[in-house]
Amino acid sequence: MGGFPILSAMLGVPLVAAIACLFLSDNGARWTALVATLVNLALGILLWLNYDIGGAQWQFVESEDLFAGFKYALGIDGIALMLIVLSVFLMPICILASWESITKRVGEYMAAFLFMELLMIGVFAAQDLFLFYIFFEAGLIPMYLIIGIWGGDNRIYASYKFFLYTLLGSVLMLIAMLWMVHQSGTTDIPTLMQYDFPAGAQTWLWLAFFASFAVKMPMWPVHTWLPDAHVQAPTAGSVILAGVLLKMGGYGFIRFSLPMFPEASAQFLWLILGLSMAAVVITSLIALVQHDMKKLIAYSSVAHMAIVTAGLFAFNQQGLEGAMVMMLSHGLVSGALFLCVGVIYDRLHTREIDRYGGLSINMPQYAIFFLLFTMASIGLPGTSGFVAEFLSLMGVYEVSSVATFVLTTGIILGAAYMLYLYRRVAFGEQKNADAAAMPDLNLREWIMLGPIAAAVLWMGVYPESFLAPMRKDIAALDARLARAEPAGDAKLEAKPPREHNANYIEPSGDHGEGHESEGEH
Amino acid sequence: MSYASSFYFTLPEIILSVSGLILLMVAAFAGKPSARLVTILAVTALFGAGIFTAHLLCDPAFELGGDAFSGVYRMDAFGGFAKILIYVATIACLIVTPRFFDKSGEYRPEYPVLMIFGAVGMGMMVSAVDLMTLYIGLELSSLSSYVLASFARSDDRSAEAGLKYFVLGALASGILLYGMSLVYGFTGATDYLSIRAAMSDGLSGGLLFGVVFVLAGLAFKIAAVPFHMWTPDVYEGAPTPVTAFFATAPKVAAVAILMRMSLDAFGTQVDAWRQIVIFAALASIVVGALGAIGQENLKRLLAYSSINNVGFILIGLAAGTQEGASGMLVYLAFYVAMTIGSFGAVLMLRDAQGNQVEKIADIAGLSRSHGALALCLAVMMFSLAGIPPLMGFWGKFVVFRAAVNADLIVLAALGIAASVIGAFYYLKIVKVMYFDEPAEVVEGKSDTASWVVLALATIFVSPLGFLLTSWLGGWADRAAAALFFAA
Repeated sequence: MGGFPILSAMLGVPLVAAIACLFLSDNGARWTALVATLVNLALGILLWLNYDIGGAQWQFVESEDLFAGFKYALGIDGIALMLIVLSVFLMPICILASWESITKRVGEYMAAFLFMELLMIGVFAAQDLFLFYIFFEAGLIPMYLIIGIWGGDNRIYASYKFFLYTLLGSVLMLIAMLWMVHQSGTTDIPTLMQYDFPAGAQTWLWLAFFASFAVKMPMWPVHTWLPDAHVQAPTAGSVILAGVLLKMGGYGFIRFSLPMFPEASAQFLWLILGLSMAAVVITSLIALVQHDMKKLIAYSSVAHMAIVTAGLFAFNQQGLEGAMVMMLSHGLVSGALFLCVGVIYDRLHTREIDRYGGLSINMPQYAIFFLLFTMASIGLPGTSGFVAEFLSLMGVYEVSSVATFVLTTGIILGAAYMLYLYRRVAFGEQKNADAAAMPDLNLREWIMLGPIAAAVLWMGVYPESFLAPMRKDIAALDARLARAEPAGDAKLEAKPPREHNANYIEPSGDHGEGHESEGEH
Repeated sequence: MSYASSFYFTLPEIILSVSGLILLMVAAFAGKPSARLVTILAVTALFGAGIFTAHLLCDPAFELGGDAFSGVYRMDAFGGFAKILIYVATIACLIVTPRFFDKSGEYRPEYPVLMIFGAVGMGMMVSAVDLMTLYIGLELSSLSSYVLASFARSDDRSAEAGLKYFVLGALASGILLYGMSLVYGFTGATDYLSIRAAMSDGLSGGLLFGVVFVLAGLAFKIAAVPFHMWTPDVYEGAPTPVTAFFATAPKVAAVAILMRMSLDAFGTQVDAWRQIVIFAALASIVVGALGAIGQENLKRLLAYSSINNVGFILIGLAAGTQEGASGMLVYLAFYVAMTIGSFGAVLMLRDAQGNQVEKIADIAGLSRSHGALALCLAVMMFSLAGIPPLMGFWGKFVVFRAAVNADLIVLAALGIAASVIGAFYYLKIVKVMYFDEPAEVVEGKSDTASWVVLALATIFVSPLGFLLTSWLGGWADRAAAALFFAA
């Protein structure tokens, strides 16, 4: 691509489109937003194609001295690349999902979404600590407005809770960042990733970052904002929230907490594993008793993100790769599930599970898509969920077999609540006439769900396409973490390999001769 | 020091004083019809003084500043920076005022004249390096303020505000004067340089009392907790443009003299006053935030918001370093823009009869009837809450950075955690404007001049402001360095 600043272009396109949307008519805003997000998707694909796998760690680097105290510095590695691609992939789908369901103040809505896209890409591409913080925090404003203006009945409570919870989480991180910059004298993230902070200070810094990322992730017990926000947000808001915003927490752990504070990460390993175990079991049980579809999927998100945190803190290649695939897979799958809910919500205007039933009769195409995403959420082999869960749990097993045991029960519970949901919605009798009369998917909904389904299967069948760009960065992170790696309880003792196959029978002295003699009979 | 250079250095004050006196004569003889003319001339005079201050600031010959009138007045980058802020704030307030008095017809040419005398007093305050000059400047600006507070003569609340401001302001001046007398008694000097020298070899009990009283008097002027009680009443009662003025120019001046006093005159005994400042900072942040939550009047809410902001500014002072002083100045610049913007937007809220709308409930659904106005006000609110990418964040960022670099990490952590409380009520305004059903109280259009002021303030605090940070930071650094010139 030469000197073309593709990352800046990806920030600029939504910015220009967002400002334009504020002044356009409803339909004009819709088309502008769709075109802008598609252009960004094209740029994202271009970014992926031009990414040199195995090349320099940081590619597409841009740096400009525009501000006092920090720099406008962008650049991506494989991890950021995949998350950016996920963001730009989901955005046009979000715009399509809001095409008909948003009827009031369309221009402002589209502008808020485009600003959101700009900020998400900024978070993943920022190479300066404070630039990252600005993008990270600024996301609160459009999301607050999206939930508050276009949300459900209880939207005001949800928007406050979302805003204040996440703000409180992140402000302490700012103080930690200020201290880090004071200590190390640089705001450059790649340099800081190699900087060794004193072990005593790491504890505090780690906790400050944890406060922010744990809320964003969200980890149990600071997850309570998520179900409220999800339930009240419009469909596309939920997709972006689950699909990309939650990944900022995981990205934060992988970009900051782990490489910058490896010793502290090892020190707090049990905190993370403990919270992850608690989250998986507790939120899965809560999900089992939900009557509201969106709430159920929101709780399942918390459970899936717990597997991400556990995988990240496994301190080995499989765990980290698994966590990354889980983030990508969950971004697609939970986004798709929210879209599935949105499809029937648009028709019946209720998220109550009991109002539906037997949808496979009148909406067979919908039922197939819903089934595919349900299975992907459970982690059926062949879907992305399987790769993600398998890799992360394999990684965690090397650290703690107990944690793996508990996390695996979460998967069983996950199958329980998802299948239970699917049974109640798609199978059984058609209880309500209005639900039975709902038409099947239209073209717009096909265009929304089809690409996600393809991506889910692609990631499930050939995850190498997604793992390859990240492999080198994860290996580098693993090497950085090696010095603090905790000794696992299930570490396999690798004895020297046996000389023969397992079914080989020792040809011992006389017995063997006896055989031979028998044969000679 | 020759008289020529003394006059040259004090020329901004001289320009303003002379124009103030001339305009007073015009006002006295031409009477009420001259109000518009006097306003325009006053803005011109302030603009001229500002240009001259900028010229002194930029002239490399005066890079190190200079003393005037044998060391009672100092022209330096710090004073210049503060004065430009003061003049800009005064000009903005003058521009948005006439429209406010349209309905009552109480606008008189004395108003701009009082503003000019206020600006003269404030200019003297920020440049004073002697307790006497400081006190005269302070009283000049305070006396103008008392009259301005009760300018809406037919309004009982305005009269009450003026009286309250006068009584409490007089009390504060008394406390300050008492502290000054103690400082003078124990150091034998009224100029900062000698006080600084006398304090460098220890602090006697009496002198400590003096320092505490001086700081308490100044805390009154900047409305820092626990001396903040007058603020909500005065801010609510005074005519809105006057409130905007109180929240900006005199605050800049008072913070500036507090900085010069603490860091220059008392600069060798930082530990003596640091605890006081830390307490006042944290208490202001918390009380300002909690007090605002229950408010239903926009002006009262903004009054608590200004208390809250003073707390953040004081965090920079608690650092006691040059970086902290620079951060405070940057914060002040954005604070002035945010306050002018917020009050400017409030001034545009009028109902069908042309009365001012001040209740928060009345701006419900403003985003649907007055989209641009609601957007500007929302930008101001998010910015005051310190949410990036708006520039209120940058103000907080620089003071907290200074505090962290001065090893006041606990203070910074507590302060920033308390800022989340403040975010709640700023969000409330946005919620009322954007999420609630329209109350359809606000009607009518505003004049172009107010829109220009509001638009400029909004652009300044919008993310475009980041492009100014290098430039502004550079000037603030220079100004802060001037403060530490004696060190």
